[in-house]
Amino acid sequence: MPAGHDTATSPATQRLNNALREAGLAALISAGLSFPILALGAEPDINNQLALQTRWSWMFAAIIIIACARFFAVMLDGWRARTLAMAGLLCAAFGFGTWYFAGIAEPKIVGGTIVAGLIAMLAAFPIDTSESRASIAAKAPARPATILSSTATSLIATAGIGALIAFPLAMLWWFGSAGSLKWINNYGIQILIFVMLGWGLNIVVGLAGLLDLGYVAFYAVGAYAYALLATQFDLSFWICLPLAGIMAAFWGILLGFPVLRLRGDYLALVTLAFGEIIHLVLTNWSDLTNGEAGILSIPRVTFFGVPFTAGEGGFAHLFGLEFSPIHRTIFLFYLILALALITNFATLRLRRLPIGRAWEALREDEIACRSLGINTTNTKLTAFALGAMFGGFAGSFFAVRQGFINPNSFTFMESAWILAIVVLGGMGSQIGVALAAIVMVGGTEALRELDFLKQLFGQDFNPVQYRMLIFGLAMVVMMIWRPRGFVSTRTPSIFLKERKAVAADLVGEGYG
Amino acid sequence: MRWQSDPLLHVEHLTMRFGGILAVNDLSFTAGRGDITALIGPNGAGKTTVFNCITGFYKPTQGRIAFARDGRADETDVAALTQTARRHARMASGDIYLLERMPDFEISGKAKVARTFQNIRLFQGMTVLENLIVAQHNPLMQASGWTVLGLLGVGPYRARERDAIEKAKFWLNKINLLERADDAAGDLPYGDQRRLEIARAMCMDPVLLCLDEPAAGLNPRETGDLNTLLCMLRDEQNTSLLLIEHDMNVVMQISDHVVVLDYGTKIADGAPAAIRSDPRVIAAYLGVADEDEAQAVAGERAGERT
Repeated sequence: MPAGHDTATSPATQRLNNALREAGLAALISAGLSFPILALGAEPDINNQLALQTRWSWMFAAIIIIACARFFAVMLDGWRARTLAMAGLLCAAFGFGTWYFAGIAEPKIVGGTIVAGLIAMLAAFPIDTSESRASIAAKAPARPATILSSTATSLIATAGIGALIAFPLAMLWWFGSAGSLKWINNYGIQILIFVMLGWGLNIVVGLAGLLDLGYVAFYAVGAYAYALLATQFDLSFWICLPLAGIMAAFWGILLGFPVLRLRGDYLALVTLAFGEIIHLVLTNWSDLTNGEAGILSIPRVTFFGVPFTAGEGGFAHLFGLEFSPIHRTIFLFYLILALALITNFATLRLRRLPIGRAWEALREDEIACRSLGINTTNTKLTAFALGAMFGGFAGSFFAVRQGFINPNSFTFMESAWILAIVVLGGMGSQIGVALAAIVMVGGTEALRELDFLKQLFGQDFNPVQYRMLIFGLAMVVMMIWRPRGFVSTRTPSIFLKERKAVAADLVGEGYG
Repeated sequence: MRWQSDPLLHVEHLTMRFGGILAVNDLSFTAGRGDITALIGPNGAGKTTVFNCITGFYKPTQGRIAFARDGRADETDVAALTQTARRHARMASGDIYLLERMPDFEISGKAKVARTFQNIRLFQGMTVLENLIVAQHNPLMQASGWTVLGLLGVGPYRARERDAIEKAKFWLNKINLLERADDAAGDLPYGDQRRLEIARAMCMDPVLLCLDEPAAGLNPRETGDLNTLLCMLRDEQNTSLLLIEHDMNVVMQISDHVVVLDYGTKIADGAPAAIRSDPRVIAAYLGVADEDEAQAVAGERAGERT
């Protein structure tokens, strides 16, 4: 803060003046910006001609919110206090808005949100003072996080796997045969597919540090490999699965070769283009892939040869159960669970092998790797190939689950989604990626169930439309709060005495 | 005079051009087996470029770099190998590698020429122990059956990994970092990072170790420890050293042979005592008034002519 003149203004007053000035400036700027955008609106009138309408209240609301936000930003130092004040401001604005704009006069909602917001904003000030005092008092560097002992880790892992094995049966018992379908299929299987894809991509992005924006291509190769082999050659799923993996790995190497010399942004661009090429080929090579129409009636999964059909010779008949379509879903759940666990154990094992250490070394410093006799070309290619192989497995599972595939399932959005799971989870961390997949896939599914908002906004309000908006906001907040993902520390692959976590700021992100 | 009687590295007519800049100009020198050879010169003299050519990070514009891993490299054998398109041959006089034909990772992995970097290049996010294990990548890769056997959990990988840890512990003991084996390499103080980088290179069992300014940024006590370490590498490990160094205490105390570069050209080559009194080296390092330099050079030339 610049030293004041001889005038006897205390720093607090000076700060308040400063904040008020900043807020006024922000209000002026937002007035200038919002006048043409918010205050003036053009809407068709009865004659279907555009007529100018004024919406002064919108403009004033925007100005007040922005000015308050700027005021808090200058007045408050600590991020907790700032977050609280901003949340309070949004809360109060929301309460006011429901009453004034949406015309909802439910006093509990309107009054409650406004009062809660005001309290939050006021509470931010004492929190800020205590926080800044505390931050001055405690300047000691934080100890690096210790890692759970290996027995604790294996205990948690066993419990987790046990819970996952029990999950479909518990759902079946709880919700019955019809009600459990949503939980096992939409939540269970869908999340596990993305856990597996995340773990596969984690090899490429998290361990080897090669940014891959076209991972969905390998997922597509696996899905089409199974679909075509099964429909054209009548091969069973268990034969197609390894073939699809090999096929995807082959394409992984094929992609790997041209991009070996590229790094960072350039690598990302070429992988992005590769994903698009595969998508376009699948769309346009109609003779092979049947184009947009996709491949129909892909043979469904069987219980090692026993089909999940009603009647004689079916799964239910064989085991003396009453036929129910949920049997197939439960089998699919266990299938993807097994595939995901195989991916996980293979990755964990690879990390302790020379190849896994070479991947991580490559992410840390490629030049040092070359000075230590590591063939970086082969190392990168194996990362691409193995990552692609697991994507291919997941793809053939997807095909056998859906029974129908077309190119629209393999767009860039899927790649971005998988990459977001890896980044949100913490690059290189297996458990982080699994958590991120649960949060992202499960979270967007859970946001479908926002029907209670209809009571707030009226019956024509469709909350499902807003789930991506809410989700995007949550992602932004996450990245501010934990920029390196849920699990940002790195677990060493080997130790002499004690396994200590490596702090996130030391771990490289890779340049490709 | 081992660089004449038993050389292991022959750099011949090495030239490196970057566009219009001539970084190294027709440089020839040899490094003796079991010697500490120092490559010195003012800033920008082209020392690091020579290193990058020897270790394969640059492809030299011209010249030959012959490396006799074991035994001697007879001139006739080197000439015969040069005629072929091969990089390496087991000749009557021992294994000969033509380094200018080899990619960097083969120079370090097969010819056993290891190096360190001027700006330390450790794997910062990996632990000290992991750094030393990564350096043993090639033998471990073989032991893990190129990952296949290791993934299945069969084969000699477990035992070989234990050996690798033992070797890492040996080197950690030598550089007094055993206590910090499980800490991240990036967490170590600067001097320890320098020593760790040398230990990491030594885990490859190099025949020739190239050190790019190992004493840069060290305090006098650390420099003394470094001298002891480097002499130990030479005397106990039978590793030949080639080092770039600005610290004349290090150079003069431990090196057996000094090569001086200025503007990419060799200006002196000999034992440390002779280099210390060489007028051209003094001129290049300290800078002298123009007429003094002219005189010194003229004197040298006169000396050469007679």
